[in-house]
Amino acid sequence: MARRSDLGSGVVAIPGTTATHVVRAALRGKRFRVGDYVVQILLLMTLMIALGVLVVLLGNVAIRGVPVLEQRGTNFLTTTNSTLPFLAGVKQGIIGSLELLVIVLIFAIPLGVGAAVYLEEYAKDTRLNRLLVTNVRNLAGVPSIVYGILGLIIFVEFLKPLTGGLTVISGGLTLAVVVLPIVIITSSEALRAVPNSIREAGFGVGATRWEVIRSHVLPSAAPGIFTGAILTLARAIGETAPLLLVGALLGFFAPGNVGFWGQLRGPYTSLPTLIFSWSTQPNPDFRNLTAAAIIVLMAVLLTVNAAAIVLRNRYERKW
Amino acid sequence: MAQVAIAAPKRLTAADLAGSARRRRKERAIRIAFLSAAGFSILVSALIVVSLLGKAVQFLTLVHPAQLLAGGWFPRQGDFGISTLLAGTLIVSAIAMLVATPLGLGAAIYLSEYARPRARRTLKPILETLAGVPSVVMGFFALNVISPRLIQALFGRATSIFSLAAAGIGVGILVTPLVASVAEDAMFAVPRTLREAAYGLGAKKRVTSLRVVFPAAISGIVAALILGVSRAIGETMVVAIAAGATGGALFTLNPLHYGQTMTTAMSSLAIGSDAVGGNSAAAAFPSLFFVGLVLFALTLLLNAAANRFVRRVRRRY
Amino acid sequence: MSESGEYMDAPTVTRSDPSERSIHLERRGRERPEEVLEDASFVFEIKDLEVSYGGVQAVRNVSLNVYENQITALIGPSGCGKTTVLRCLNRMNDLIDGARVEGTLRYHGVDLYEAGIDPVEVRRRIGMVFQKPNPFPKSIYDNIAFGPKIAGFKGNMGDLVEESLTRAALWDEVKGKLKTSATELSGGQQQRLCIARCIAVQPDVILMDEPCASLDPIATLKIEELMYQLVSHYTIVIVTHNMQQAARISDRTAFFTVEVEDDGHRVGTVVEYDLTDHIFTNPKDPRTEDYVTGRFG
Repeated sequence: MARRSDLGSGVVAIPGTTATHVVRAALRGKRFRVGDYVVQILLLMTLMIALGVLVVLLGNVAIRGVPVLEQRGTNFLTTTNSTLPFLAGVKQGIIGSLELLVIVLIFAIPLGVGAAVYLEEYAKDTRLNRLLVTNVRNLAGVPSIVYGILGLIIFVEFLKPLTGGLTVISGGLTLAVVVLPIVIITSSEALRAVPNSIREAGFGVGATRWEVIRSHVLPSAAPGIFTGAILTLARAIGETAPLLLVGALLGFFAPGNVGFWGQLRGPYTSLPTLIFSWSTQPNPDFRNLTAAAIIVLMAVLLTVNAAAIVLRNRYERKW
Repeated sequence: MAQVAIAAPKRLTAADLAGSARRRRKERAIRIAFLSAAGFSILVSALIVVSLLGKAVQFLTLVHPAQLLAGGWFPRQGDFGISTLLAGTLIVSAIAMLVATPLGLGAAIYLSEYARPRARRTLKPILETLAGVPSVVMGFFALNVISPRLIQALFGRATSIFSLAAAGIGVGILVTPLVASVAEDAMFAVPRTLREAAYGLGAKKRVTSLRVVFPAAISGIVAALILGVSRAIGETMVVAIAAGATGGALFTLNPLHYGQTMTTAMSSLAIGSDAVGGNSAAAAFPSLFFVGLVLFALTLLLNAAANRFVRRVRRRY
Repeated sequence: MSESGEYMDAPTVTRSDPSERSIHLERRGRERPEEVLEDASFVFEIKDLEVSYGGVQAVRNVSLNVYENQITALIGPSGCGKTTVLRCLNRMNDLIDGARVEGTLRYHGVDLYEAGIDPVEVRRRIGMVFQKPNPFPKSIYDNIAFGPKIAGFKGNMGDLVEESLTRAALWDEVKGKLKTSATELSGGQQQRLCIARCIAVQPDVILMDEPCASLDPIATLKIEELMYQLVSHYTIVIVTHNMQQAARISDRTAFFTVEVEDDGHRVGTVVEYDLTDHIFTNPKDPRTEDYVTGRFG
């Protein structure tokens, strides 16, 4: 007999799916055993399709891009952009992406972890604090290009004296705002995973809240926070849309402003922006070049992700 | 053994229990610092609205209402048919969800109900890797592989290389991991006791997973789909690369046609150069903000709806 | 709500002879004459204590005095507020959202809840050992050293650590491995470590919330013997589900029960508070008698 307490708690009332029907139908025929396997295969197929897409994508990119890299070698990485595919390189993209990344790190991590600490450790369950949490969740769902508008109005125009206008600083700040909600959410999860017994133990010996957080909660949550931060950075590396509104250039620089400091103070670009630019070029030779640039980008991303996984595994076994 | 004295006088005063004022002041300052960090997120929300509103309103003052009903979106010519962009967004998102729903939910059900721990450990990272593919890469893939090998193969070489359909499929692949992950969390949250009750009644795995666990997790699954739609609507680069139409687009409901969505209309305006003079051109750039406002409002509504469904899941368990 | 299992299932009490009206008291040779017990001074004076969580009353009408250098046990079935009251004594309930404490609670004459009292300082002086041992995920040494360090201890930390571990009857077992992780110790050792950690900040009261609940009988025995030694230096208040334990080790016992209101809502309160001897051999309230003789609970 079905006990109401077991099935009644979570099952939404959908006609025809009460337990007795289930039992009757299930007991009715052995043919359902085949059905079970078929379903399992179908479901597995969906995962295989996802895997297959990934393989085809990487394969296609590899086929087009590897010859270019073989042919050009490190020259590809060290030359600047050009209208001629055979002379174009990703140097400016790499420099720009690096500079953006540093700015994102400086701003998004402290602000994000700090907000998470407040939400998880200090905030009482009041309406204001629930509003904060909902707000963060909403921000995480805002399309990244809308953040570009914020970047344009606030960082490029309003804060022009500080950022210099259409510079990599504005770009970096914009990206920082894009990834901030994600940092807050992942850090919150890491903090929540710390067992409450540790906090009680800390309070029990007469520690203040900050002392408990600093000495026990943050160290425990550090691996999770760190992993979340790295994955966030990976996301920031791949972002393009908001940068288009805050000055990332698609076109070609004058030979002067190319180096590290040049891009810091003036026009800049990023690796994904270059990829976007090249993929829309009518010249078919750019297609293989784009693939090569994608390989560079994916290599960077895979390294970052691998680092995150390795670090996570290493720290999870600590105590 | 070292002799350590215990300080425990028989009678205390309140001053003895007052603690260190310095320590308390430090605590207060630190608390305020953390509160500011949290408050910054509210500031961001406010700034988004402020940034959008100013020029969006300006746009509306510059255009004649009739322009908004134009049959196409050609901002530099003064055609601001918002319905064109809405249609484009709708087509891309619909196709994206046609891809992401079966793939995402299928993967979620498999991972949550069928996969053995070893399989799960190898398959989940695959999904996570797919989630990490940058959208420009997916755009390249959509233009150079999906479009020729799928769309043109199916519908003939006469169709355009740029199509909303190719972009839609690309977006769908990008959204799949999000749908899969949220749906899987929802199904994972269904208590074991529910499954065991069904097995105890003699139900097979397929029956249990489809007719017991799935309906029990329905709130979370709906949330996953809504979040998927929201993400699909907000996607820019895949559509920018694969759907063409940088100067503008005609209203079309044909997915095989090139077109623009709200997001690519914005990106086109951002990177384009204004060559045409005249009053219409003055309204061109501000239209970026107007479209942004509509986009922001739309995704906000969707996310709020999704959150309500997520809260229903939490309350249940 | 309390972390320490306010709503656990009631334990079953084994009774060998249903006709017996009292429990055989195994005092292990530490009986202290009543006159000595009566002569001690108060550490805590509790009068009309009332606790509510989020507006819902959880505990009321609690009045009892805790005597210095004695073991006071709080016993009673689950959910009747013993842990809640215990946590009031060191203001741990402050950490729970929506907890309100009313009534008078004096510690050495000072009202613990008056303005200007720093709960951090209160918790240094009134230590707590929890139901499930909760060592920090750090080394044994760091576990002990944490409290004194933040309290501003300027002396020789190594000596203090050794002293604390010795008083907690753990020094001999860990003296060679102070830098190893505390989580590698056995359950009983971890609990003694928690006691040592508590001692290190030089409190004068140790509160224990069912400290042996997750330990095996041998570890439990060790802790009980430790308590006999500790009580000469500290005042101990212990919440326990184990009636026999209370009978064995405590000098005074307070029996809690739960009263059900008309609307079904349950409030905990103290029924009887007396010398342990009296509670178990000659209880005044029939509810106490029912509980200690095992007729219910």
